[in-house]
Amino acid sequence: MAWETVVGLEIHAQLATQSKIFSGSSTAFGAAPNSQASLIDLGFPGVLPVLNGEVVRLAVRFGLAIGATIASRSVFARKNYFYPDLPKGYQISQYELPIVHTGSVEIPLAEGGSKTVRITRAHLEEDAGKSLHENLTDATGIDLNRAGTPLLEIVSEPDLRSAAEAATYMREIHQLVRYLGICDGNMQEGSFRCDANVSIRPTGEDKLGTRAELKNLNSFRFIEKAINYEVERQIDILEGGGQVVQETRLYDADRDETRPMRSKEEANDYRYFPDPDLLPVEIDDSFINQVRADLPELPAAKRKRFIDEFGLRADDVAALTASRAMADYFESVAQAVGNDPKLAANWVVGELAAALNRDDLEIEASRVAPDALAQLLQRIQDGTVSGKIAKEVFEAMWAGEGSADDIIDKQGLKQITDTGAIEKVVDEILANNAAQVQQYRDGNQKVLGFFVGQVMKATQGKANPQQVNELLRKKLS
Amino acid sequence: MALSDDEIKHVAKLARLAVSDAEVPDYVGKLSRIIDLVQQLDAVDTSGVTPMAHPLEMAQRLRADDVTEENCRDAYQASAPDVVDGLYRVPRVIE
Repeated sequence: MAWETVVGLEIHAQLATQSKIFSGSSTAFGAAPNSQASLIDLGFPGVLPVLNGEVVRLAVRFGLAIGATIASRSVFARKNYFYPDLPKGYQISQYELPIVHTGSVEIPLAEGGSKTVRITRAHLEEDAGKSLHENLTDATGIDLNRAGTPLLEIVSEPDLRSAAEAATYMREIHQLVRYLGICDGNMQEGSFRCDANVSIRPTGEDKLGTRAELKNLNSFRFIEKAINYEVERQIDILEGGGQVVQETRLYDADRDETRPMRSKEEANDYRYFPDPDLLPVEIDDSFINQVRADLPELPAAKRKRFIDEFGLRADDVAALTASRAMADYFESVAQAVGNDPKLAANWVVGELAAALNRDDLEIEASRVAPDALAQLLQRIQDGTVSGKIAKEVFEAMWAGEGSADDIIDKQGLKQITDTGAIEKVVDEILANNAAQVQQYRDGNQKVLGFFVGQVMKATQGKANPQQVNELLRKKLS
Repeated sequence: MALSDDEIKHVAKLARLAVSDAEVPDYVGKLSRIIDLVQQLDAVDTSGVTPMAHPLEMAQRLRADDVTEENCRDAYQASAPDVVDGLYRVPRVIE
């Protein structure tokens, strides 16, 4: 039987604030355990949460970017469960009235075209603390620095039809929250996490199958592997005549499998109720308009503009718009080199991206600034260096040896364009390689490449390749 | 409305209350009567009434995104029963 995969994602994006959602504790990553846990975060009796205005602004920013409805009135609720990293015995979240609902994003499909993924809701909530098991025998250590960190939980409809689509959607949201500056997207530090609701049904069936909720999907690679594993598991069950049980399963990346989380079995009964400590959040149109006026160009619009304005290929555009910083870098280089955005694109996607990758750096930490790269490209445009020599110059710039002009000057890399000088070298090479000259004259055109190589070698790559070609053809004819 | 034994046990478990089997019938009776009491509200027609989230007719005040708390870990952990290397030490929980 043919089966269809049905996936919906719940993405937790940590909102980029200085302080926590309900207290004035710092949200900085990596502090000493419990050094950023205040009485409110610790759930001491008698304390009251006060909402951080910035989280409201960031949530609205996201809502507007996905064309969603911003609730004029939203309510915080208590989600009740017991766990050592949740000191109050409840998590403050939003239930019936989330701050953002009914939006959508477009994702590109592997087979071409795009599809709309509906976003049911995005609600505000506080994160729990962290349980540590290492170095402690028969005990667990609790660090509550993370408790009270603001999260935006972004819940999609079950619109995704494969593990690959789910990963694409996750990437799209990841890119979007980073463009919006509402989340740093750092998956290693847990700033961007994902749970997946996975079910299967016979192809053509409308009714949804019983789903399993997969937890702990903290990389784009894991989400794809975990969903694929889970789909296979469910197919095996159904084809074996069994039934899928609705449960929470944990993805184990080391074993590449999912297994049930026993602790969640009976506890999935959260008894939500409105939090009496917090009043309803009211958002008026003037606030929404203010946030809207401040929205940056979004990834989809930027991709379209780069194709229309610069005439670039879709795969280059995808790489150039991966982050706002990357797109800004490209645009400033493209502007400086004027009429040749493709040259700028090739270098940013090619040499620059390779160097960043090699040194494991983000574009923000590039060792070559946009104006420095632009100067190098201008030297290609004005014929000072060939594209090949420019790559050497780039490596020297990357190593911190100076600007393009300094390096070209110091290392004597300026292209030889003096026809007389090149002709002298060409004549010498032809005289020393009589056999190859004969081969060429006998009709073996490929030998031309050999001569070009010899001339370049003799000039340390500095001869203008176009002139070398012309001279060789003239003299060999 | 009569609650079942299982419902009492489930609610007790969620609330981490150790209710013995012998105590269950007592809870069934008393909690069912409380629910009956509250259920009288069902007689009121509430169609068209916005559910109340809070008794105060006010909106939430917002604070500025400033870090105002200092590290007072030692003071806060003085009342914790068990602490190790700055962590709260609890019985082992692992998935």
